[in-house]
Amino acid sequence: MITKEDMKKSLDGRFPIEWYDILNRAEVAIAGLGGLGSHIAVMLARSGIGRLHLVDFDVVDISNLNRQEYDVRHLGIKKTEALTDRLKEINPYVDITSDDIRITPANAAYIFSGYPIVCEAFDKAEEKAMLISALLSECRDTVIVSGNGMAGLGDANGIKTRMAGRRLYICGDESTDIGEGVGLMAPRVSVCAGHQANQVIRIILEKEGIVL
Amino acid sequence: MLVNGEKKDIQDSITLLDYLKNEGYNPERVAVEHNGDIVPKNKYQEELLYQEDTIEIVHFVGGG
Repeated sequence: MITKEDMKKSLDGRFPIEWYDILNRAEVAIAGLGGLGSHIAVMLARSGIGRLHLVDFDVVDISNLNRQEYDVRHLGIKKTEALTDRLKEINPYVDITSDDIRITPANAAYIFSGYPIVCEAFDKAEEKAMLISALLSECRDTVIVSGNGMAGLGDANGIKTRMAGRRLYICGDESTDIGEGVGLMAPRVSVCAGHQANQVIRIILEKEGIVL
Repeated sequence: MLVNGEKKDIQDSITLLDYLKNEGYNPERVAVEHNGDIVPKNKYQEELLYQEDTIEIVHFVGGG
Protein backbone atom coordinates (compact mmCIF):
# COMPACT_ATOMS: atom_id res chain seq x y z
CA MET A 1 0.00 0.00 0.00
CA ILE A 2 1.30 3.41 -0.96
CA THR A 3 1.53 5.68 2.08
CA LYS A 4 0.69 9.35 2.36
CA GLU A 5 4.41 10.00 2.74
CA ASP A 6 5.13 8.09 -0.51
CA MET A 7 2.56 10.24 -2.32
CA LYS A 8 4.10 13.42 -0.95
CA LYS A 9 7.61 12.33 -2.00
CA SER A 10 6.35 11.50 -5.47
CA LEU A 11 5.44 15.12 -6.22
CA ASP A 12 7.87 17.06 -8.41
CA GLY A 13 10.60 18.04 -5.96
CA ARG A 14 11.81 20.86 -8.16
CA PHE A 15 9.02 22.97 -6.66
CA PRO A 16 9.53 24.12 -3.05
CA ILE A 17 8.01 21.61 -0.63
CA GLU A 18 6.19 24.47 1.16
CA TRP A 19 4.08 24.97 -1.94
CA TYR A 20 2.76 21.44 -1.63
CA ASP A 21 1.96 22.02 2.02
CA ILE A 22 -0.11 25.05 1.00
CA LEU A 23 -1.89 23.07 -1.74
CA ASN A 24 -2.51 20.22 0.70
CA ARG A 25 -4.34 22.59 3.05
CA ALA A 26 -6.49 24.00 0.23
CA GLU A 27 -10.17 23.26 -0.38
CA VAL A 28 -11.80 23.53 -3.80
CA ALA A 29 -15.40 22.85 -4.84
CA ILE A 30 -16.32 21.80 -8.37
CA ALA A 31 -19.81 22.51 -9.75
CA GLY A 32 -20.55 20.06 -12.56
CA LEU A 33 -18.57 16.88 -13.18
CA GLY A 34 -18.69 16.67 -16.97
CA GLY A 35 -15.92 17.33 -19.48
CA LEU A 36 -14.57 20.30 -17.53
CA GLY A 37 -15.26 19.30 -13.94
CA SER A 38 -14.06 15.70 -14.14
CA HIS A 39 -10.75 16.77 -15.67
CA ILE A 40 -10.29 19.70 -13.30
CA ALA A 41 -10.79 17.32 -10.36
CA VAL A 42 -8.20 14.86 -11.69
CA MET A 43 -5.65 17.62 -12.28
CA LEU A 44 -6.19 19.08 -8.82
CA ALA A 45 -5.92 15.64 -7.20
CA ARG A 46 -2.66 15.00 -9.07
CA SER A 47 -1.38 18.41 -7.98
CA GLY A 48 -1.87 17.58 -4.31
CA ILE A 49 -4.90 19.71 -3.46
CA GLY A 50 -5.95 18.38 -0.07
CA ARG A 51 -9.71 18.61 -0.21
CA LEU A 52 -12.17 18.47 -3.10
CA HIS A 53 -15.94 18.88 -2.95
CA LEU A 54 -17.70 17.40 -6.00
CA VAL A 55 -21.22 18.43 -7.01
CA ASP A 56 -23.38 16.92 -9.79
CA PHE A 57 -26.83 15.29 -9.99
CA ASP A 58 -26.20 13.17 -13.08
CA VAL A 59 -25.14 9.60 -13.82
CA VAL A 60 -22.42 8.58 -16.29
CA ASP A 61 -23.83 8.06 -19.80
CA ILE A 62 -22.14 6.48 -22.81
CA SER A 63 -22.26 9.89 -24.55
CA ASN A 64 -19.90 11.23 -21.84
CA LEU A 65 -17.02 8.95 -22.80
CA ASN A 66 -15.91 11.14 -25.72
CA ARG A 67 -14.56 13.83 -23.39
CA GLN A 68 -15.06 13.06 -19.71
CA GLU A 69 -12.83 11.27 -17.22
CA TYR A 70 -15.05 8.17 -17.01
CA ASP A 71 -14.84 4.75 -18.63
CA VAL A 72 -17.22 1.91 -19.45
CA ARG A 73 -17.20 0.51 -15.92
CA HIS A 74 -18.77 3.78 -14.69
CA LEU A 75 -21.82 3.69 -17.01
CA GLY A 76 -25.03 4.21 -15.05
CA ILE A 77 -23.19 5.19 -11.86
CA LYS A 78 -23.61 8.61 -10.26
CA LYS A 79 -20.89 10.98 -11.39
CA THR A 80 -20.10 11.98 -7.81
CA GLU A 81 -19.46 8.32 -6.98
CA ALA A 82 -17.64 7.40 -10.21
CA LEU A 83 -15.30 10.40 -9.97
CA THR A 84 -14.61 9.82 -6.27
CA ASP A 85 -13.49 6.26 -7.15
CA ARG A 86 -11.33 7.52 -10.01
CA LEU A 87 -9.69 10.19 -7.85
CA LYS A 88 -8.96 7.68 -5.08
CA GLU A 89 -7.16 5.52 -7.66
CA ILE A 90 -4.97 8.48 -8.57
CA ASN A 91 -4.39 9.83 -5.07
CA PRO A 92 -5.85 7.84 -2.17
CA TYR A 93 -5.13 10.67 0.24
CA VAL A 94 -7.29 13.42 -1.23
CA ASP A 95 -10.14 14.20 1.11
CA ILE A 96 -13.23 14.02 -1.11
CA THR A 97 -16.78 15.02 -0.22
CA SER A 98 -19.69 15.23 -2.64
CA ASP A 99 -23.27 16.37 -3.13
CA ASP A 100 -25.47 14.44 -5.54
CA ILE A 101 -27.82 17.35 -6.17
CA ARG A 102 -28.98 19.72 -8.90
CA ILE A 103 -27.80 23.25 -8.16
CA THR A 104 -30.50 25.93 -8.23
CA PRO A 105 -30.59 29.65 -7.39
CA ALA A 106 -32.16 28.63 -4.07
CA ASN A 107 -29.50 26.14 -2.93
CA ALA A 108 -26.31 27.39 -4.64
CA ALA A 109 -25.06 29.61 -1.84
CA TYR A 110 -25.84 26.98 0.79
CA ILE A 111 -23.99 24.22 -1.07
CA PHE A 112 -20.86 26.25 -1.79
CA SER A 113 -20.64 28.56 1.23
CA GLY A 114 -17.39 28.00 3.05
CA TYR A 115 -15.41 27.05 -0.08
CA PRO A 116 -12.87 29.75 -0.90
CA ILE A 117 -12.66 28.60 -4.54
CA VAL A 118 -15.43 27.20 -6.72
CA CYS A 119 -14.88 25.89 -10.26
CA GLU A 120 -17.92 26.50 -12.44
CA ALA A 121 -17.97 23.54 -14.84
CA PHE A 122 -21.57 23.38 -16.03
CA ASP A 123 -22.67 22.64 -19.57
CA LYS A 124 -25.54 25.10 -20.10
CA ALA A 125 -24.90 28.85 -20.49
CA GLU A 126 -27.97 29.77 -18.41
CA GLU A 127 -26.77 27.62 -15.51
CA LYS A 128 -23.28 29.12 -15.66
CA ALA A 129 -24.77 32.63 -15.47
CA MET A 130 -27.11 31.57 -12.65
CA LEU A 131 -24.40 29.99 -10.49
CA ILE A 132 -21.95 32.85 -10.90
CA SER A 133 -24.56 35.51 -10.17
CA ALA A 134 -25.76 33.61 -7.09
CA LEU A 135 -22.32 32.90 -5.64
CA LEU A 136 -20.87 36.35 -6.27
CA SER A 137 -23.85 38.03 -4.63
CA GLU A 138 -24.36 35.60 -1.74
CA CYS A 139 -20.92 34.08 -0.94
CA ARG A 140 -18.85 37.18 -0.24
CA ASP A 141 -15.47 35.44 0.10
CA THR A 142 -15.70 32.93 -2.73
CA VAL A 143 -13.56 33.19 -5.86
CA ILE A 144 -14.98 31.53 -8.98
CA VAL A 145 -13.06 30.05 -11.89
CA SER A 146 -15.48 29.55 -14.77
CA GLY A 147 -15.26 27.67 -18.07
CA ASN A 148 -16.82 29.63 -20.92
CA GLY A 149 -16.40 28.64 -24.56
CA MET A 150 -14.52 25.47 -25.49
CA ALA A 151 -16.78 23.81 -28.07
CA GLY A 152 -15.78 22.93 -31.63
CA LEU A 153 -12.39 22.44 -33.20
CA GLY A 154 -11.14 26.00 -33.49
CA ASP A 155 -7.58 27.06 -32.64
CA ALA A 156 -6.79 25.85 -29.12
CA ASN A 157 -4.82 29.08 -28.59
CA GLY A 158 -8.17 30.91 -28.60
CA ILE A 159 -8.77 29.57 -25.10
CA LYS A 160 -7.52 32.05 -22.51
CA THR A 161 -7.79 32.92 -18.82
CA ARG A 162 -8.78 36.43 -17.76
CA MET A 163 -9.86 38.15 -14.59
CA ALA A 164 -13.42 39.41 -15.07
CA GLY A 165 -13.97 41.00 -11.67
CA ARG A 166 -12.40 40.91 -8.24
CA ARG A 167 -13.65 37.37 -7.59
CA LEU A 168 -14.20 35.93 -11.06
CA TYR A 169 -11.85 34.34 -13.57
CA ILE A 170 -13.11 33.28 -16.99
CA CYS A 171 -11.36 30.54 -18.96
CA GLY A 172 -12.32 29.77 -22.53
CA ASP A 173 -12.73 31.48 -25.90
CA GLU A 174 -15.94 33.15 -24.60
CA SER A 175 -17.61 32.78 -27.99
CA THR A 176 -17.91 29.24 -29.37
CA ASP A 177 -21.35 27.96 -28.40
CA ILE A 178 -22.59 24.41 -28.74
CA GLY A 179 -25.20 24.04 -31.46
CA GLU A 180 -25.95 22.49 -34.82
CA GLY A 181 -22.61 21.49 -36.35
CA VAL A 182 -20.58 22.51 -33.28
CA GLY A 183 -20.18 19.87 -30.59
CA LEU A 184 -17.72 19.11 -27.84
CA MET A 185 -14.44 17.24 -28.37
CA ALA A 186 -12.01 16.06 -25.73
CA PRO A 187 -9.02 18.24 -26.73
CA ARG A 188 -10.52 21.75 -26.45
CA VAL A 189 -12.56 20.76 -23.40
CA SER A 190 -9.37 19.48 -21.76
CA VAL A 191 -7.45 22.64 -22.69
CA CYS A 192 -10.14 24.73 -20.97
CA ALA A 193 -10.16 22.41 -17.93
CA GLY A 194 -6.37 22.80 -17.77
CA HIS A 195 -6.74 26.58 -17.76
CA GLN A 196 -9.21 26.35 -14.88
CA ALA A 197 -7.10 23.93 -12.81
CA ASN A 198 -3.98 26.03 -13.38
CA GLN A 199 -5.79 29.20 -12.32
CA VAL A 200 -7.05 27.48 -9.16
CA ILE A 201 -3.49 26.52 -8.17
CA ARG A 202 -2.25 30.05 -8.93
CA ILE A 203 -4.99 31.59 -6.76
CA ILE A 204 -4.13 29.29 -3.84
CA LEU A 205 -0.39 29.98 -3.98
CA GLU A 206 -0.66 33.70 -4.72
CA LYS A 207 -2.97 34.15 -1.74
CA GLU A 208 -0.06 32.94 0.42
CA GLY A 209 2.16 35.61 -1.07
CA ILE A 210 3.97 33.39 -3.54
CA VAL A 211 4.93 35.19 -6.74
CA LEU A 212 4.57 32.88 -9.76
CA MET B 1 -21.75 54.67 -19.20
CA LEU B 2 -18.67 52.47 -19.21
CA VAL B 3 -19.55 48.99 -20.52
CA ASN B 4 -16.74 46.40 -20.42
CA GLY B 5 -14.29 49.30 -20.52
CA GLU B 6 -15.95 51.03 -23.49
CA LYS B 7 -17.84 54.33 -23.32
CA LYS B 8 -21.49 53.98 -24.41
CA ASP B 9 -24.35 56.45 -24.51
CA ILE B 10 -27.38 55.28 -22.60
CA GLN B 11 -30.78 56.58 -21.72
CA ASP B 12 -30.59 57.61 -18.04
CA SER B 13 -32.45 55.37 -15.58
CA ILE B 14 -33.04 52.58 -18.08
CA THR B 15 -33.42 49.22 -16.33
CA LEU B 16 -30.63 46.70 -16.67
CA LEU B 17 -33.10 44.26 -18.21
CA ASP B 18 -34.12 46.72 -20.94
CA TYR B 19 -30.52 47.69 -21.61
CA LEU B 20 -29.49 44.06 -22.05
CA LYS B 21 -32.41 43.35 -24.37
CA ASN B 22 -31.73 46.49 -26.45
CA GLU B 23 -28.11 45.46 -26.84
CA GLY B 24 -29.09 41.97 -28.00
CA TYR B 25 -28.04 40.04 -24.89
CA ASN B 26 -30.05 37.11 -23.60
CA PRO B 27 -30.50 38.16 -19.93
CA GLU B 28 -30.51 34.49 -18.88
CA ARG B 29 -27.00 34.02 -20.28
CA VAL B 30 -25.13 36.89 -18.64
CA ALA B 31 -23.64 37.83 -15.30
CA VAL B 32 -23.47 41.59 -14.68
CA GLU B 33 -21.40 43.68 -12.31
CA HIS B 34 -22.80 47.18 -11.73
CA ASN B 35 -20.40 49.68 -10.14
CA GLY B 36 -18.37 46.77 -8.80
CA ASP B 37 -21.22 44.72 -7.35
CA ILE B 38 -22.76 41.67 -8.96
CA VAL B 39 -26.44 42.11 -9.76
CA PRO B 40 -28.59 39.18 -8.56
CA LYS B 41 -30.53 37.63 -11.45
CA ASN B 42 -33.93 38.50 -9.99
CA LYS B 43 -33.04 42.20 -9.75
CA TYR B 44 -32.44 42.95 -13.45
CA GLN B 45 -35.87 44.52 -13.82
CA GLU B 46 -35.39 47.01 -10.98
CA GLU B 47 -31.66 47.82 -11.37
CA LEU B 48 -31.42 51.32 -12.90
CA LEU B 49 -28.44 52.46 -14.96
CA TYR B 50 -27.05 56.00 -15.24
CA GLN B 51 -24.53 57.70 -17.55
CA GLU B 52 -21.81 57.87 -14.88
CA ASP B 53 -22.09 54.13 -14.06
CA THR B 54 -19.74 51.28 -14.91
CA ILE B 55 -20.97 47.84 -15.84
CA GLU B 56 -19.20 44.64 -16.74
CA ILE B 57 -21.18 42.06 -18.70
CA VAL B 58 -19.94 38.48 -19.01
CA HIS B 59 -21.82 36.60 -21.69
CA PHE B 60 -21.88 32.82 -21.37
CA VAL B 61 -21.96 30.18 -24.08
CA GLY B 62 -22.75 26.49 -23.72
CA GLY B 63 -20.35 23.59 -23.35
CA GLY B 64 -18.58 21.85 -20.52
